[in-house]
Amino acid sequence: MALIQISSPHVQRPTKTADIMRLVILATLPGLLAMTFFFGWGTLINVVLASVFALLFEALCTAARKRPVGFFLKDNSALLTGILLALAIPSFAPWWVTLTGVFFAIVIAKQLYGGLGQNPFNPAMVGYALLLISFPVEMTRWTAPFDINGNSWNILSFADTFSIIFGIGASDPSVLLNLDAHTGATPLDTLKHRNGLTTEELWQSSSVLANAGAWYAVSFGYFVGGIFLIYRKIFTWHTPITLLVTLAIVSSIGFAIDPDSFADPFVHLTTGATMLGAFFIATDPVSSATSNRGKIIFAAGIAILVYVIRTWGNYPDAMAFAVMIMNLCAPFIDQYSQPRSYGHKKANTLSSGGK
Amino acid sequence: MSKVFAFHGGIHPPENKHQSTQSVIAKGPIAKTLYVPLQQHIGVAAKPCVNVGDTVLKGQRIADAQGKFSVPIHAPSSGVVTSIGERSVPHPSGMPGLCISIETDGLDQWIEHSGLADYPTLGKDKLIDYICDRGIAGMGGAGFPTAVKLHLGDDHIVNTLIINAAECEPYITADDLLMRERAEQIISGIGVLQFLLEPSHIIIGIEDNKPQAIRALEIAIQDCKHNIDVVSVPTKYPSGGEKQLIKLLTNIEVPHGGIPADVGIVCQNVGTVYAIHRAVQYGESLISRIVTVTGDGVKKPQNYDTLIGTPFATLLDAAGYIKENTHRLIVGGPMMGYSIQDDQIPVVKTSNCIIASTREEMPEQPPSQACIRCGMCEQVCPVQLLPQQLHWFAKGQEYQKAEQHNLFDCIECGACSYVCPSNIPLVQYYRHAKTTIREEQQEKRKSDLARERFEAKQMREQRAVEEKAAKRKARAEQAAKAQAEKKQQAQEVESTQGVDQQQLLKNTLKEAKLAVAKIEQEITNNSGTEQAETISAQDIKLQKAKAAVEQAKQAIVKSTQATAPIIDIKKLKREAAMANTKLSKAKQALKTAQEKDQPGVEQLAATIETLSKQADEANNAFENAQQENPAEKTTSTAPAAKPKAMDADSKKLKTAAAIARTKLKKAQTALQSAMDNGDDTEQLSQDIKLLEDKLNKAQSAYEQSQNATSSTQTSTASSASETSGDSSHVDIKKLKTAAAIARTKLKKAQSQLDKLTDDESNSDDGAALKAEVATLEQKVEQTQAHYLKHKLAQPADSQSTESDASQRQEDYEKALKLYTKAMTALDKAREQNSPHVEKMTTSIEKLKRKLDDAQAALPDQNTAANSNNDDNNQSQV
Repeated sequence: MALIQISSPHVQRPTKTADIMRLVILATLPGLLAMTFFFGWGTLINVVLASVFALLFEALCTAARKRPVGFFLKDNSALLTGILLALAIPSFAPWWVTLTGVFFAIVIAKQLYGGLGQNPFNPAMVGYALLLISFPVEMTRWTAPFDINGNSWNILSFADTFSIIFGIGASDPSVLLNLDAHTGATPLDTLKHRNGLTTEELWQSSSVLANAGAWYAVSFGYFVGGIFLIYRKIFTWHTPITLLVTLAIVSSIGFAIDPDSFADPFVHLTTGATMLGAFFIATDPVSSATSNRGKIIFAAGIAILVYVIRTWGNYPDAMAFAVMIMNLCAPFIDQYSQPRSYGHKKANTLSSGGK
Repeated sequence: MSKVFAFHGGIHPPENKHQSTQSVIAKGPIAKTLYVPLQQHIGVAAKPCVNVGDTVLKGQRIADAQGKFSVPIHAPSSGVVTSIGERSVPHPSGMPGLCISIETDGLDQWIEHSGLADYPTLGKDKLIDYICDRGIAGMGGAGFPTAVKLHLGDDHIVNTLIINAAECEPYITADDLLMRERAEQIISGIGVLQFLLEPSHIIIGIEDNKPQAIRALEIAIQDCKHNIDVVSVPTKYPSGGEKQLIKLLTNIEVPHGGIPADVGIVCQNVGTVYAIHRAVQYGESLISRIVTVTGDGVKKPQNYDTLIGTPFATLLDAAGYIKENTHRLIVGGPMMGYSIQDDQIPVVKTSNCIIASTREEMPEQPPSQACIRCGMCEQVCPVQLLPQQLHWFAKGQEYQKAEQHNLFDCIECGACSYVCPSNIPLVQYYRHAKTTIREEQQEKRKSDLARERFEAKQMREQRAVEEKAAKRKARAEQAAKAQAEKKQQAQEVESTQGVDQQQLLKNTLKEAKLAVAKIEQEITNNSGTEQAETISAQDIKLQKAKAAVEQAKQAIVKSTQATAPIIDIKKLKREAAMANTKLSKAKQALKTAQEKDQPGVEQLAATIETLSKQADEANNAFENAQQENPAEKTTSTAPAAKPKAMDADSKKLKTAAAIARTKLKKAQTALQSAMDNGDDTEQLSQDIKLLEDKLNKAQSAYEQSQNATSSTQTSTASSASETSGDSSHVDIKKLKTAAAIARTKLKKAQSQLDKLTDDESNSDDGAALKAEVATLEQKVEQTQAHYLKHKLAQPADSQSTESDASQRQEDYEKALKLYTKAMTALDKAREQNSPHVEKMTTSIEKLKRKLDDAQAALPDQNTAANSNNDDNNQSQV
């Protein structure tokens, strides 16, 4: 056998990009299960739908760019983008909303920038933000958690959910008409549009908030998945923990100043997209800051922006916007967050070092 | 002090060490031929000191060290040197290097050698030299000459000696086995280092995956009087990196750009320590080492105590080499080792391991994917760099940024590549970037050097120019002196000078005539060939002819004036007579030229005829007048050249015409004198008046046409007018020179006239000359006016005279400055009562004299320059 000439190192760790993506996808399962459990089949259908769309667009773009299609589909990155987007949108979102979102995420936000590793913004969040701005009605049509409907486990049947999402072939036409009966505001919505009520009064009067347990469960699902990923060293603790801690701190300050007007830190951490964002969105390595120090700055920035937009902005939740704004800052953060290398007295900044 | 610290990052690749630790160190086979490379260490290659055909004994020196950063090479076994030449050597580049080939005789016969029983009595320097002579270089990887490291004690305070026994690379067990089996000898070697470096503390750093080696060492140090600690560090690649081990054991970081000795630490590999022991204790040179032969490509992975120069194939065969299964042959460990393609490459002092791996063992990596900035590389980097950023910079050739991100701190351990999920060959990128940057730096150094050379050359050239200028100045001073002397002499012998001047004048006159002749010829040609000319066109030509006449006249008048006091006036008269003949010829020519023209032209021609007749008469009168007042005769020789020149000009009819005009003017003056004498004055004056009228008419016509031609080159009149326009351009140049010459002559004539007037203030001749001068002045003015008119379009460019003058002025000023400086220096010296005052004074006096000379020469030179370049000066007016 001929000897080959190759540069060191001669051994590599077997963990590959596709494995990382697959692990992340697996880590979304607890959250996905919780979503399905409390909000019906819609999320599951959307996840499948988005995955198919994502792979389709990825394949089309790769082929159009004359790259080996199979090689790039196998890295699982498009799949992950689709799944994350599907998890972020309401479970009853129509199919075309998913299609639009995935198209924008994969084609515009990712492939047009050069594909994997080149996108400056988190593709899933770009798709999500586009949908939120373009289709506010569809994007706020969250179903109320199903455990509130009487004593029995009364979720909408798979077929009916399917009909709602695709707008056709419902076994009972009334399902479509009565859709509004199933939809409702999210806790963050409720807390935002409080109609002059204090936080305490809201908690007592709002049925949404009374049943916030479903949201807590979903958040817990993501939290578990995230911890698993840290354990597997897919990403470091820096981004998610900093994000959560910072959000807790700023919301605590607000709550301490005026408990009547501001939501408590627990609500901020456990409702909305906080957990999903902290563990699955902000940790996207491509569009985040690079160094550990940079990641801390990056995550803290997201947390502060989330709180600011939630409290004073127009939108009840803000993870997508906050992440995208910090994506913009990432290269800048990188410049000023170089680590101190071995043997150097201090870290290099933009203008120092290198000699 | 057995606390262990941590360094950033690190990885845990599969160790794969157990395969080769199953059996003890075996004695390596003696290869039939040993190939001993001359470059087995960092620094300068050794220089062979044996010849082909020499018989060498084991341990005999076969190559000498060259300089401080070099070590000698010794024969690993006894045999015959068969060749000294290029062969494959263990190097990542695969490039060949010089090797000494020794065909072994199988006797393995040692050269006489003995150890140093009591090395402390030898002294440190001698001991270090001894170690160097035994050919010992770092055996951990780089092959750094050990003696250099041992000299660190001379200028550094060494607190801690670290013995690197970490052996963090997977597969390699050479040091492990060495420690297991020869711990006491290692401790003995440490004793030598203790003596040389005198550290307060010695730490043996060893990874905790070698419990048997740790145990052996601990037993060995029990009886040791030195302060030695065996510290086990967690198994984590690359803890065996020098800087990483230092950090692990002492929590001290070697400063960027520094060496461990800067922080009081010296590191030695455990294998090197063993080699030092062998050298000092037994006098054995470094001719063998322990090599791990492992990998799935060999049946029995094992460690061998191998002679340097043994081909890998020999060693692999001893371990049961399965060549057909081997896919990759690696020298060193799997993380930092390099693959080789030739299994005949020999073992060198730094070869610690050879891995024959199968494809399954070390599969080829799939094509690399895009970097997703996962940051795993950053988490494992032992130097705490940002490998993914460096990768982007290297890929985008942003080398400056890469440097700014401490690219050169990278130790190329390969941890980043190991963890990269996208299979990016990061280390390769860094190596490439480093090489490129180094090349660029080299280029820059080269260009800097070239620039310095260029600047030096420029300075040299400038200096040469200055020296030249100084020489020229000196010459100019001498010339000025000589000229001043000449002047004095000239004043004494005036007559001689007069002759010279006259000859000069004659030459100039000749030139002027030639110039005029050319113009005239052109005009003749025009009038001869052009048939459809209008009267005005004829007028133009006439006018031109007149202008030329004026020039020529001026020249002649001047020459007459100039020569009048010096040379025979009769000559001039003869000239005038000849000119008259020429005039008649000119008339004929004009006639033939104008035969077919309008009657106006004929009239003009007729006028010219009458004019010339009158001119003849006037000329005669003039001659009479001249005869009445015989000119002062000088001793000058006859200017035979002049009439000859005139004869030569005879073809140029117009020139003759011009001269005729001059005679006409002379006639005017003659009339004046004639009037004084009461001769046919009336007739003469009438004639002259007529003449003047005609002249004026012709002149005005000429001026008009001249304006027209100069302003309207595009006029559609005819080819004739175009031709005349062209010729008028030529005229301008000629006019210029003519005017200049005329002025010079005028000046000279004037001065000579003045002289003459002084001598013969009452003579009619003098009065005539005066009148002549007056008319001459007018003509000069006219010519100049003409010239100025045309000169507008043709600016003068000659300024050499002025620059020359200013140059001299500068020279003088320089001399003055020098003198002033010298004076101040002298004053100072006087104040300090320097013994050199006298000398200085004399030299300053000399200087002063020189300065005076220069000063004296200065105005003279200027005048000389003015007179010499009078023409130029005039043309600048």
